[in-house]
Amino acid sequence: LTIALARFETPADIRSFTQVLQSEDRSAYKSIMVCIGTGCAAKGSRRIYELFCEAARQSDQEVRIEAKCVGCHGFCERGPIVVVEPGGIFYQQVEEPDVAEIFRETVLGEKIVQRLLYEDPVTGKKAKEADEIPFYKVQKRIVLVDNGRIDPTKITDYIAKGGYSALAKVLSSMTPEEVIAEVEQAGLRGRGGGGFPTARKWRSCRQAEGLPKYVICNGDEGDPGAFMDRSIMEGNPHSVIEGMLIGAYAIGSEQGYIYVRNEYPLAVEHLNIAILQARQAGLLGKNILGSSFSFDIRINRGGGAFVCGESTALMASLEGRSGEPRAKYVHTVESGFRGKPTNLNNVETWANVPHIVNHGGKWFAGIGTEKSKGTKVFSLVGNVVNTGLVEVPMGITLRKIIEEIGGGIPNDKRFKAVQTGGPSGGCIPSEHLDALVDFDELTKLGSMMGSGGMIVMDEDTCMVRVARYFTNFLQKESCGKCTPCREGLSQMLEVLDRITDGRGQVGDIERLEELAGLLEGTALCALGKTAANPVMSTIRYFRDEYDAHISDRHCPAKECRGLFRYEIDPEACKACGICLKECPEDAITGEKKVPHVIDQAKCTLCGTCWEKCPFTAVLKV
Amino acid sequence: VTKDNELIEKIIGRYDGDIGMLIPMMQDLQSECGYLPADHLRSLGRQLKVPISRIYAVATFYSSFRLSPKGAHEVSLCMGTVCFLKGSGNILEAICREFEIEPGGTTLDRLFSFQPVNCVGACALAPVMVVDGKYYDGVTPESAMEIIHSLSPAQETAESVKKEAAT
Repeated sequence: LTIALARFETPADIRSFTQVLQSEDRSAYKSIMVCIGTGCAAKGSRRIYELFCEAARQSDQEVRIEAKCVGCHGFCERGPIVVVEPGGIFYQQVEEPDVAEIFRETVLGEKIVQRLLYEDPVTGKKAKEADEIPFYKVQKRIVLVDNGRIDPTKITDYIAKGGYSALAKVLSSMTPEEVIAEVEQAGLRGRGGGGFPTARKWRSCRQAEGLPKYVICNGDEGDPGAFMDRSIMEGNPHSVIEGMLIGAYAIGSEQGYIYVRNEYPLAVEHLNIAILQARQAGLLGKNILGSSFSFDIRINRGGGAFVCGESTALMASLEGRSGEPRAKYVHTVESGFRGKPTNLNNVETWANVPHIVNHGGKWFAGIGTEKSKGTKVFSLVGNVVNTGLVEVPMGITLRKIIEEIGGGIPNDKRFKAVQTGGPSGGCIPSEHLDALVDFDELTKLGSMMGSGGMIVMDEDTCMVRVARYFTNFLQKESCGKCTPCREGLSQMLEVLDRITDGRGQVGDIERLEELAGLLEGTALCALGKTAANPVMSTIRYFRDEYDAHISDRHCPAKECRGLFRYEIDPEACKACGICLKECPEDAITGEKKVPHVIDQAKCTLCGTCWEKCPFTAVLKV
Repeated sequence: VTKDNELIEKIIGRYDGDIGMLIPMMQDLQSECGYLPADHLRSLGRQLKVPISRIYAVATFYSSFRLSPKGAHEVSLCMGTVCFLKGSGNILEAICREFEIEPGGTTLDRLFSFQPVNCVGACALAPVMVVDGKYYDGVTPESAMEIIHSLSPAQETAESVKKEAAT
């Protein structure tokens, strides 16, 4: 299994090394792949991995066994996930005591442990492999194809799957212009939110005057509810590095930076390991693969500021300053980092590049819609049965993602809205569930693609409260440089606070709309310009909820404290006395066998009785 | 003081004195000391020939920097959209009430520092609380209390608090 990795001197070296790795007879091996992405690791997968390693060490059987840790499979809901090869047997929700059984039955005995397989909640059918699970069946995985199959800390794993072959191809047979033309034919657009054509950016940067030129990978994934970039950096860091190498070659850059969010320690760790390995293998550094092309990458950790996802703010942060954006009448491709031509792309964009080079721009352009090509990774989260990362072709409907992949809404609740595009995005209601998911369609609906967060909300979600949540988030994260954003958001938040507190005034909706217009028209950067989207889209689709809060002092979703009451249903109350004991305000009275009553004058609406009642006799009205 | 200067020199040397690397330098300093001590920042400014105002501008702009010592444990509560939808607001209130602590603050006995954070990117586990790097999923106000109450006070912190109380 351990084929020594030498330094690659020519593009042909990579090809022959890949062949050696791929020709190895793997049928004699048993592989146990344990996901150690943040989701599975939180549920104890590290320990499960150790237990498998221990079992493999102690085994005196004649089979050769390797236990390895792999990146995120995306189905975080069902973690920890363990896949056994050959056969691709997909075990979910594995716990420590299951390790011995899996090892004995499946690894040594080739039998399947039925109870750890995924069971379809509708048909009750068990799925042996990932592809049999509806969550995976509808997906089309390009960027995530090797996530969960390779050990992200081993460069040989990546090369065995054809990794760095795109770099070899580029350096041996393509001019920089040809690389850009290929990406242009692919129609690749930036995955970070804006959807700007990648090839056009590369070409402008290539043609810009001034040296040195820089390429940057934006890994400052700040949108709450989005974690696709984290998963790529953790699970397949070399794909990002290879993409950057190809981009740097096309642009004419010798130095790259990866700016990673501070909250992603595992991503930083895996990227650092990957960069070190790439340097040792001669894939980063001087005269890569014997060519005249030199390139190296360094990693910078963010400081925990959402605005640093904006390109000019990110560059200011890289220069060691506060992350304040600047006006962009001079583009960063002409004057960016340190005043030099700089090309910035998002993690997912970079990770797409090797695939485009390998399979051709035409292949990539064959996927998706007219103006949005390829696939997009979404983090499907919130009130949905199957939570996790999904990669789908552009042009799929929202309904297909939420109902088929996501399995619909749990607890028999009704769907209310899906929020896309992060804090700058919007909420899309059920009447638009058949809209196609691509850059332009989502914008038309008042939302946006953003980096790919997709948060599903059920009928119990108050949309005014959601708008307040995002406005509060943005107000806290506003850098404070320009007045419209700094003051405008504070004013909007004040109005929203008022509405959700039950102090809303007639005309508040119009006030919000006016402030939103000002923000959109006058704020300095994209963060400010789009900051009103959550408010505007909820007013557009859920105006009646705003009206109910303001005119009736009532929260239809019964989420805003003070805008609904708790009452005990005398029919359902069994007079068990739990609520009476738990109430911190002694607001509940009652005796044995007599239904209890809440004294509304004393009740502070803390909700304890509602949470504790075993008979759901406490109602929100 | 010489030892402190040596630490600063060592950190600056790691980045060849490049002022552009000010943020990584401060991150290194914080991971060594647990926070950014004022005299260390002054020394950093002197050695880099950067005005202290700029260093403080950076230190106060980014939420991950702290200017006061942290507690023996670090408790972060995710306030991302999904955690919010699933009730992290109630957990926040419960923690603040129970331990008489402000978001971003440290308890009087220095048992723990409490930081509500933007999305930690583990939405499938919502609501998420991270204690000393360990992720807890599906947290409720009750389970959060249990987790925090089971934290053991670090020896040195307990002693230093005792000493401070004595003087």
